[in-house]
Amino acid sequence: MTATRTGLSTADRQPTRPSPLRRLLPGPPGSPGPGDSALLRHLILAGLAGTIVVLVTNQLEPYQNLQVARVCAFLCVTAGYTVLVGLNGQLSLGHGALMATGAYTVALTQQAFDERAVQGRWILPLSLLLAVAVTAVVGLVIGLAAARLRGPYLAGVTLAVATLVPAITTIFTEVFNGEQGLRFPSETPPAFLGAYFQPERWLAWIALAAALLTMLLMANLVRSRFGRSLRAVRDDEVAAGLCGIHVAGSQVLAFVVSAACAGLGGGVYAVLTATVAPGKFALDLSLFLLMAIVIGGLGSLAGAVWGAILLVALQELPSLITETFTLPSDLAQRLEGNLALAVFGLILIVVMIVAPAGLQGAARSLAARLRRRASSR
Amino acid sequence: MSAEPILQVDGLSAGYGAVPVLREVTLSVPTGTIAAVLGANGAGKTTLLRTLSGLLRPTGGRVLFDGADLRVVRVEGLVRRGLAHVPEGRGIVAELTVDENLRLGGLWRRDRADARRAQDEVYQLFEPLARRRRHAGHQLSGGERQMLALGRALIGRPRLLLLDEPSLGLAPRVTAQIMALLRQLCDSKGLTVLLVEQNVRSALSVADQGVVMSLGRVVMATGAAQLRDDEKLRHAYLGF
Repeated sequence: MTATRTGLSTADRQPTRPSPLRRLLPGPPGSPGPGDSALLRHLILAGLAGTIVVLVTNQLEPYQNLQVARVCAFLCVTAGYTVLVGLNGQLSLGHGALMATGAYTVALTQQAFDERAVQGRWILPLSLLLAVAVTAVVGLVIGLAAARLRGPYLAGVTLAVATLVPAITTIFTEVFNGEQGLRFPSETPPAFLGAYFQPERWLAWIALAAALLTMLLMANLVRSRFGRSLRAVRDDEVAAGLCGIHVAGSQVLAFVVSAACAGLGGGVYAVLTATVAPGKFALDLSLFLLMAIVIGGLGSLAGAVWGAILLVALQELPSLITETFTLPSDLAQRLEGNLALAVFGLILIVVMIVAPAGLQGAARSLAARLRRRASSR
Repeated sequence: MSAEPILQVDGLSAGYGAVPVLREVTLSVPTGTIAAVLGANGAGKTTLLRTLSGLLRPTGGRVLFDGADLRVVRVEGLVRRGLAHVPEGRGIVAELTVDENLRLGGLWRRDRADARRAQDEVYQLFEPLARRRRHAGHQLSGGERQMLALGRALIGRPRLLLLDEPSLGLAPRVTAQIMALLRQLCDSKGLTVLLVEQNVRSALSVADQGVVMSLGRVVMATGAAQLRDDEKLRHAYLGF
């Protein structure tokens, strides 16, 4: 079939040219960039952030330290959540329930040790580890279903999970003690920190350690091969499959990872108050979490930090208002329940209109604009 | 062509739900050649490619790739066997850089060193990509996206390349250059290409074989030169 090779456009087919496409754009090829070590950079960043937060907690009042701890606990959840929703495009509305799973696992483990009068510093890490493991298994089950569902259908199933888990705790009252929830011995600071060490500071440190660990793992995951395949699956499942990526497998794995983070966050959250009750993990928690990562900036870990801060700050808002202004008691009571949700919704609408990429996206474009202005002068 | 066909399709039928699209398609592509699948809109060209790469379950017939039945291989396994499919729309991940998009093509490979070598080769083939390797996918032009999709497929060192409308949205000159590159890869590396094209002239300029499809059937398979040069044939089957 050599005759076919003398065809319509012989000019474009001279084998002497190494690449005909080389002529499309002028200039030499870009040199490969230096192999920047992402792991090292993330470690340094985490170390820096950890040091700053520890220094800050030394100056804070007990209640403020508890708030720092809650931000850190929520950060564990939002970091894993934003990877699932933002990077892999799977919309879950059940992460509040996954937090509950982690929290109840911690409570049950701690209670079990307490009943047998077992004590030790290792109980806390063990119970948190168990919380991660149990929630990961729950995440695996949901993830297996999720890999077959898309968009609103997936949201529907996870919504069912969000309402189901608090219901389970009230059905099996002997185990979960119904609406009352569970209590377990609270964490005390270790002896070497001194007898008068603020317990809330110690709690903040525990939560901080969990948050830093989660952020470090997620930051590396985002930049890893797995992180890239998650984005490929989100953008085009067909193309991802043709690239050799197991689409359903990576979706399930993303769900498991995200659930494990939620379990850790939920477990830490339970440790902070040494109690769990189904009321804390109702459906609105799941919605709050989603709003938090959307406002922060979907798929961005820095956005997850904004979201976690917002989650804690907005829960404080009603009491702040009722304290500063003297309101009629019935109005104050109504505000107590609903203000956070209303304000959150309002912020969500404003952010979506003003900065569709979330707070982190807005911060990034502002920084880029400032840099341009600085360089043009 | 005496060479063993790398792709042998026998009586392949497929469809979407109850609607049959492919009706007993039979064709064979010898190793190291380019086959152009031509035909009007709705002839089943894209469906043929989708069925070959397992995105669509065939309702009948069989596909032999290198002597092995492809029907039992899952989509993500194809690339490991040496079959690459560049789909319509190309599937560039907008958020990832050119470099990361290319690495996606070699994600499954155990031989990291060779995946890196393949990547360097792609950058040599497509100089515009090398210049933009740190740019995000959404910043690329249509031509650059096509190069990226093609380059990503080549990272897996495929033996058979399924291309869906590589000329779509491209300037004629860029199309001609991509066609020339395909010819070059076939001649130098023994790559086999199954090319679906609306742009008949450009496809026939490099193809060895022309397969004309109409309403889900292969109505003619003949040498590309014959299709190109025989005015009556061309007029009857391709309408120009």
